[in-house]
Parts: sequence; structure tokens; C-alpha cells
Amino acid sequence: MSESKSTTVEVRLPSRMGYEKVAMSTASAVAKLMGFPEDRIEDLKTAVAEACINAIEHGNRLNEKLSVGVVLSAGRDSLEVKVIDDGKGMKTQPSKPDIDRKMHGQEDPRGMGMFLIQALVDEAEWVAGLDGKSSYVRLVIRLDK
Amino acid sequence: MTGQVTGHISSIGPPIGHNQREYGDQTIVQSETKSRVDQLISPTGHPVTVLRFEGDIASTSKEAVLGTYQALPKSDVKLILLDFTKVDYINSSGIALVIQLLIEAANADQKVYAFGLSAHFTKVFTMVGITKYAGIFPTQAEAMAAL
Repeated sequence: MSESKSTTVEVRLPSRMGYEKVAMSTASAVAKLMGFPEDRIEDLKTAVAEACINAIEHGNRLNEKLSVGVVLSAGRDSLEVKVIDDGKGMKTQPSKPDIDRKMHGQEDPRGMGMFLIQALVDEAEWVAGLDGKSSYVRLVIRLDK
Repeated sequence: MTGQVTGHISSIGPPIGHNQREYGDQTIVQSETKSRVDQLISPTGHPVTVLRFEGDIASTSKEAVLGTYQALPKSDVKLILLDFTKVDYINSSGIALVIQLLIEAANADQKVYAFGLSAHFTKVFTMVGITKYAGIFPTQAEAMAAL
């Protein structure tokens, strides 16, 4: 993130499938205000949606008593998005899906969310919460890309 | 018209809407996926089955995507065209359903093509490797001309 002053927008989502689209819309609106081109906004929307789906489904295990936090920090030349859940976080980094293995039944057809996140934004990191909770994924897209 | 789509035989049944609940008692807020099947004849005379989708393609779309595909008569259907023109949102679960369809089609010796994807989802399909197993065209006319 830029060292300059940033503007923060926060959204809390219920742990319910489909609400990732609220985060997508919010991220899209912030990115538009910052002047990102349309193709980068589409990349961001998919990355944010996948991060929220992971948080809802795997982090919070669809427990509607828990919410997913989405914090968007708009800097001068980059947008950082943190998606926070109450899970224990990721132990391994995402691997690239192998379509040949999937087509031959050697790999689950699912499991592409983290790969898409990493491929579509400029930075992606998964951070486990110190207390085994409040883990988050941090995404960054830059205006100069 | 360029005459690339030479014949429209029939539309099989009304549009089907599916709202499968896969997450217990949760109310799922993704928009319903609708699907419809059309039969066309390519300029070279091959019968082409078009699966037209509308709405979101996500985890709730299993019946609309796989169910619609599995209801096709395998012995008659050899060329399948997936129409994403009216699809705005595809997530990784939706992509997985498309891959499952491609696996089943490959096992049934069927060829699958797609058209109508946005530039973004064309990129995403390319990134995950779907384009290796399904030719992607911008429009129905371009797809039909190539079949």
C-alpha cells in the first residue's frame, strides 16, 4: 500500500452463499472511484468473490452466527482488500490447477478459487490468526499495472 | 445474416429454472440459473445441441448445468455448444461444473464448444485450462461456422 493517506470502506457479510456478490459490488464501486480500468475491476471482482466464498464456506463453515469482514483500503495508487473470517487460516499455498489431471479424474474438478485469486491480483497472501481465529486473505491491485 | 446458422430445428421444452439447495437450511441468494436446449444444424450439416444458460453459474447451478446436459440423449448428441451470452457471474464452483460436464462429454465421445463469454471469463477459462478441451468462440455464428 502507498504510504499516503488511505480511504477505508468496511462491509460485514453474513456467512451465507451468494453474499459474496455484495463484496464484489462494493469492491467494484471503490475501484471505479479510484480509476481502475474495467478489465482490472473484473479481475478484482472475481478475486474478492472467491476470497469471500472461501471465508464463508471454509473459514466460517457456513455458520450464520459468524460474519465475514471485508475491509477495502484505497491508497493513492493501489487498493488493498482484506477478507477476514473466524477460521484457522490456510496451511498451504494454492497450487495451479491441472486441467489434464482433472479431465482424467486424478484431481478434483473443484479447488480453483485460491488459484484464481493469486492469478488475478498483484499480491495475495493468506494470514492465519494468532489465536487460531480471525484469519484473513489480503489482496492488492495496483493502478500502474 | 451471413447464413452461418443454417437451420433452427426446435427448442426442447420451456426454459428450466433450478434453485438447488446444497447448504442445509440456508437461504441462498444467488440468482437462479435457467437453462434451455436448442437444436441447430451447422452450415456443414451437422446437428448441434445448444445449451443456453442464464443467470449465475455457481454451486447452486448443478441441476441447470449438469442435469440439463445429462438429460440429453447421448447416442444422438455429438456436438454441444454452451451459450453463456446471458451469464453475468461464474465462480469457481460454476467452473467446476463446466469441467464436470466436459469430463462426461469426453467420456461419451462428444465435442463441446462455447460462446458468449465476456472477455474476463474468456480469460478465466483460458487460465484454468478449459480452452484445451472446449473451443471458445465470441458468438454463436462464429462457433457454428467452425463446426
